[in-house]
Amino acid sequence: MSTPDAQGTQPLIRARDLVLNFGQTQALRGISLDVYPGEVLAVMGPSGSGKSTLLHTLAGVLVPDSGTVRIGTRVLGELDQATRDDLRLRECGFVFQSGQLLPDLGALDNVTIPLLLAGVRRREAIDRGRAELDRLGVGQYGARYPAELSGGQAQRVAIARALVTRPRVLFADEPTGALDSLSAETTMVALTDLARADGTAVVLVTHDARTAAYADREIIVRDGRISAGIGVPLVDENPADAGTTAGFSAHPGFSR
Amino acid sequence: MDNAQTLLGLLEAAPSHGYDLKGEYDRYFGGQKPLAFGQVYATLARLIRDGLILEAQGGESSGGPDRKSYSVTAAGRVRVREWMFTPDTPEPTLQSNLFAKTVIALLLDEDAASLLDAQRACHQARMRELTRAKRDADLATILTIDHALFHIEADLRWIELTGARLTELRAGVRGA
Repeated sequence: MSTPDAQGTQPLIRARDLVLNFGQTQALRGISLDVYPGEVLAVMGPSGSGKSTLLHTLAGVLVPDSGTVRIGTRVLGELDQATRDDLRLRECGFVFQSGQLLPDLGALDNVTIPLLLAGVRRREAIDRGRAELDRLGVGQYGARYPAELSGGQAQRVAIARALVTRPRVLFADEPTGALDSLSAETTMVALTDLARADGTAVVLVTHDARTAAYADREIIVRDGRISAGIGVPLVDENPADAGTTAGFSAHPGFSR
Repeated sequence: MDNAQTLLGLLEAAPSHGYDLKGEYDRYFGGQKPLAFGQVYATLARLIRDGLILEAQGGESSGGPDRKSYSVTAAGRVRVREWMFTPDTPEPTLQSNLFAKTVIALLLDEDAASLLDAQRACHQARMRELTRAKRDADLATILTIDHALFHIEADLRWIELTGARLTELRAGVRGA
């Protein structure tokens, strides 16, 4: 795995002690983590473990009862709603399992939406949208409606839409959940290649081990807590040491 | 995999010298473990004895000392098809060592969940490594790695399910 901290890079996302309850249900029970620029972090765990809740909290869609999320230099909890929404529009991209493209718009129009919302002029938005579709290898489908695309093509259009604003963070929630194995592979290669090239941090929620294998690192969420392999550092308390994955294999109680 | 039948199949695809045959085998199936020359020639001798291939003098080998080339007989072609179209017995490769560790951990009141987690982390790390190795690999290598990935994934599912059943398993082990 890359060790961006070795070059003195600061984490792009820094979450500390996140707690979130839905009524009696404790969805997050004290989660802390760091994600670095260009790093792909897989978040795994059984259904109902809190992994999607964690993603929404990191993205500022859900507000934790306690704990903090910092994206870049800004602490989400210290921002008003409008500023937080603006930050999400400009600095975060989202990819979901399926059904996220607007059905009444063509692929290119879907991709230009976030640019237009961010105030980019129409002509420029179209140029950038086209270039982004090309980058994902789906440039020839710009005029097609979502219903006319295969699952894999639609997912690549969705990734183009998520990345076209050059977000600092990409949140992907089961991005391969509706795809066959080969489309899933093409999708993950495109997503991780481009995110790494752009220096975008990726938070990838998945229950699929083969999809998670495209990440640099993984955490497992169980009952609202991070449960990791023994000795795997979760949080960069000492920047010089963060990013190593050597821990678990050196555990004395464990050998192949 | 069955090396003898595989070599026989390669010879049916193209008659070959031993040296070239080894190269062909390694290209498709060698991976980290190329076939030893000794094994190639021992197998060829056995295939001749069984009447599945014939040896002939001469022909051009791309290298190596051997002057003999080998081709498949009619019986050899039948054997290749028998092998090819006979399904393999599904191997229930039980997680025997890991299962043993889990049961012993429960008997000793050790932390079985954490040994499963450690194994899981190790499996995932291996999957990431293999997935990286697929980049820029040729198709034969990609297919081999895919096969390994699906097998490791199957282990992972077992680990996950066993983790979810630990309480039940502990009760069973203790009650036995």
